[in-house]
Amino acid sequence: MYEHDVLVVGAGGAGLRAAIAAHEEGADVALVTKLHPVRSHTGAAEGGINAALRNGDSWQDHAYDTMKGSDYLGDAPAVETLAQDAPENVIQLENWGMPFSREDDGRVSQRPFGGLSFPRTTYAGAETGHHLLHTLYEQVVKRGIEVYDEWYVTNLAVTDEDDPNERSCHGIVGYDVQTGELAGFRANDGVILATGGMGQVFDHTTNAVANTGDGVAMAYRAGVPMEDMEFIQFHPTTLPSTGVLISEGVRGEGGILYNTEGERFMFEYGYATNDGELASRDVVARAELTEVNEGRGFEDEYVMLDMRHLGEERILDRLENILHLAEDFEGVDGLEEPMPVKPGHHYAMGGIETDEHGQTCIDGLYAVGECACVSVHGGNRLGGNALPELIVFGKRAGSHAAGRDLGEPKIETGKPANPELEDLDTTASLGTVGDDEAAADGGLAAEDPETVVDAAVEREDERITRLLEKDEGTQHAEIRSDIQKTMTANVNVFREEDALEETLHDIRDARERYEDVYVADKSRTFNTDLQHTLETRNILDIAEALTMGALARDEFRGAHWRKEHQERKDDEWLKHTMVSWNDGQPELWYRPVILDGENKTYEPKERSY
Amino acid sequence: MSTQSPDTQTESETDPQAERLERKEERADEAASSTTETAEDTVELKVFRYDPEIADKQEPRFDTFHVPRKQGMTVLDALMHARDHFDSSLTFRHSCRQAVCGSDALFINGSQRLGCQTQIQDLNNSDTVRVEPLPHADVVKDLVVEMEHFYDQMESVEPYFDPSEEPEGEQLQSRENREKIKMSTRCIWCGACMSSCNIAAGDNEYLGPAAINKAYRFYFDEREGEERQQERLEIIEQEHGVWRCQTQFSCTTVCPKDIPLTEHIQELKREAVKSNLKFW
Ligand SMILES: Cc1cc2nc3c(=O)[nH]c(=O)nc-3n(C[C@H](O)[C@H](O)[C@H](O)COP(=O)(O)OP(=O)(O)OC[C@H]3O[C@@H](n4cnc5c(N)ncnc54)[C@H](O)[C@@H]3O)c2cc1C
Ligand code: SF4
Ligand code: FES
Repeated sequence: MYEHDVLVVGAGGAGLRAAIAAHEEGADVALVTKLHPVRSHTGAAEGGINAALRNGDSWQDHAYDTMKGSDYLGDAPAVETLAQDAPENVIQLENWGMPFSREDDGRVSQRPFGGLSFPRTTYAGAETGHHLLHTLYEQVVKRGIEVYDEWYVTNLAVTDEDDPNERSCHGIVGYDVQTGELAGFRANDGVILATGGMGQVFDHTTNAVANTGDGVAMAYRAGVPMEDMEFIQFHPTTLPSTGVLISEGVRGEGGILYNTEGERFMFEYGYATNDGELASRDVVARAELTEVNEGRGFEDEYVMLDMRHLGEERILDRLENILHLAEDFEGVDGLEEPMPVKPGHHYAMGGIETDEHGQTCIDGLYAVGECACVSVHGGNRLGGNALPELIVFGKRAGSHAAGRDLGEPKIETGKPANPELEDLDTTASLGTVGDDEAAADGGLAAEDPETVVDAAVEREDERITRLLEKDEGTQHAEIRSDIQKTMTANVNVFREEDALEETLHDIRDARERYEDVYVADKSRTFNTDLQHTLETRNILDIAEALTMGALARDEFRGAHWRKEHQERKDDEWLKHTMVSWNDGQPELWYRPVILDGENKTYEPKERSY
Repeated sequence: MSTQSPDTQTESETDPQAERLERKEERADEAASSTTETAEDTVELKVFRYDPEIADKQEPRFDTFHVPRKQGMTVLDALMHARDHFDSSLTFRHSCRQAVCGSDALFINGSQRLGCQTQIQDLNNSDTVRVEPLPHADVVKDLVVEMEHFYDQMESVEPYFDPSEEPEGEQLQSRENREKIKMSTRCIWCGACMSSCNIAAGDNEYLGPAAINKAYRFYFDEREGEERQQERLEIIEQEHGVWRCQTQFSCTTVCPKDIPLTEHIQELKREAVKSNLKFW
């Protein structure tokens, strides 16, 4: 058994920032992460990080742009906190040495980004995430914060009161990937989940292979609601063969999109007459797929993004990184040829429900970063708004977990006594199959934290031993790939009722097959087969909640497009989709969105381009 | 209230998306059946195998997999295919698939490269791809090597911004200074350079190219101040520091981020000489 005051699970931007904050508050903090910190996916972020730093800009404007971008599904208290805290946090990064791009006068550079009313995106070349991740890790090293790297966290140690709002979290269960040692970690003050995105739910994604949504699934099974899971951002320019991202910067610099007829379709077919290629991500992604679906796509799959006309000098100066990506991952020379692009999964707006201190409804359990949903992005995230979320809420969660009083939160968490419930009318049966283990500790009272952790270790040990002892059955890779395919085919940019139902059937089917899953590799040493098998279970739970949310929300908001429902229905749908794990059955309910900010109410307006 | 949408989509009667997927699946089926029929459409992947725990893998060996060739396929794609279709115990590190996380530095056809960044068609002999763990590191299992030593060397140069005085508010940094350190900040800690270096192979204490490059990054950052710069020079100059480098350029050759490592080491040697001159 290992013991610390604060345990941070995940060491991307959010986890590192949380650990530093907890350490500064005087806590004994440790990071537990399945990848070495510098391998975290934050390193892939290209474009930049938003903060209202300069005269002429204000946090109020940043908040307003974010609310509008969210299609009015962001919670105002969270959005305002993001905008208020971002400037000092970005300057903090600068003070820690982050090599931002600079203006002639030596100040941090800022550039325009989609949906922003001021050029407020600070950046470090086209590798902002890499520099942010390394800068934060350097500070962790400087402070001597303990890092358990290549430790895979399999579950949370949570008490099992009937009402999730009364449960408390006392630690985690993890295993050392290198040796297979399974161990309990006890947290005296709190556990912070910072496990990042869930791109592996889809088969075409900009996300890393490690982004399997582990934290979201663990929190969900422990009783924390998942919020707004149906809101997935599809980025319009990803390379078809790998999903590698071609930054919005290409279109920002003047890159153009065209179809097989050589038409500049954004303008010629009127998808976005004013902004053309620079319309918001959801609009461009829909336009591209419409072109492909109507037979004007290359190989029925993609369109072309051309930047040749920008000239070699400008490309080398501002988009050098893109040339490498196109060359390495598509075999295309961006100076000589147009680049093939198509929409791909990029970002999860939803996740673990938290308040603006990062706290979930379970006492002692926090979540930050892409795995969390404090609700700043709502229906659609603006580019450059995820990175400030990591540092702003990472810091808050870290210091709160370590004991700092941040005051009463304005955002409530946890299922209220009488929530607005939705009976999802679907032909597929949902939820658990067979002897699915309960999430909590299996009957132990909360008095002694140690026994809660021990019981959780025991349960995980049984689960893992069972997987390893089984000699034949189904392999996770098959199940995972089937889920990814059905999600990509049916819960993508365009969503239709029949297809969503079909996916629920496919997931149900996959759940049944998962019961027979086994791990062929019997070694305890660096067993990635085992790790991927556990991850696949998480993918299943997430895919199900996501699809349920998408089926229930019969309107068109932000990135969520429904064929049969082509309008935003504010009367009915100004509310968050919540999915709770109710004795192993997903339960759908709703919570109203908070449009009241500190001094103003954000009135929903139409989004046009 | 209506939001912007491509309304052609709603009006069409057939389901174009389903049709498209069908066509795509047909193409995929065609491709799959043709690859299994003709042997020349597969890549021969020879992979190093070793597991200290499993009886028949304790003796290191090479396994051969025949992976269907695809346009634009990388070595990492081929490894993943072999693992997911032929042998789920095949073990290697990987994550980002886009040359930023540094976890899949491998020894591919005789040189250190990132699996995800290496297109099979670009290899000299692209019919047989030989994949081994990074040389000069202990093998944990199959292609996974022990990285602890590499991390220790990185951490020994005090790799963190540590100004002589705590800054207040935004610090200024000239464009030129940022440009000066730019390449050095691109390191993704993949370990390829260290693995390729003869000196590091022979001298376990040698800081190695990546750590020296990290030191360079802070040494030349004008925001840290002179006092700290002097201390950094001492670390760099130590017995197993810059002077061990014999300018063989192997690190520079393999670095997937094109960092001019040898040049950076040379520059630090010059700094060391200059600072010594001051005292003599
Ligand atoms: C290609 C790309 C470009 C982007 N560009 C931008 C941009 O320009 N601006 C912007 O604002 N946003 C951008 N984003 C979004 C943003 O980068 C991410 O949302 C953000 O980096 C996520 O950070 P995180 O700390 O939450 O998670 P991550 O950085 O993904 O870290 C997750 C951590 O959790 C650990 N972990 C996961 N599961 C477990 C487990 N079971 N046990 C132990 N550890 C675990 C991992 O090891 C890792 O350390 C981009 C995203 C992508 C994919
Ligand atoms: S310097 Fe280059 S080769 Fe060496 S670890 Fe860094 S990125 Fe890898
Ligand atoms: S998988 Fe990340 S560098 Fe290759």
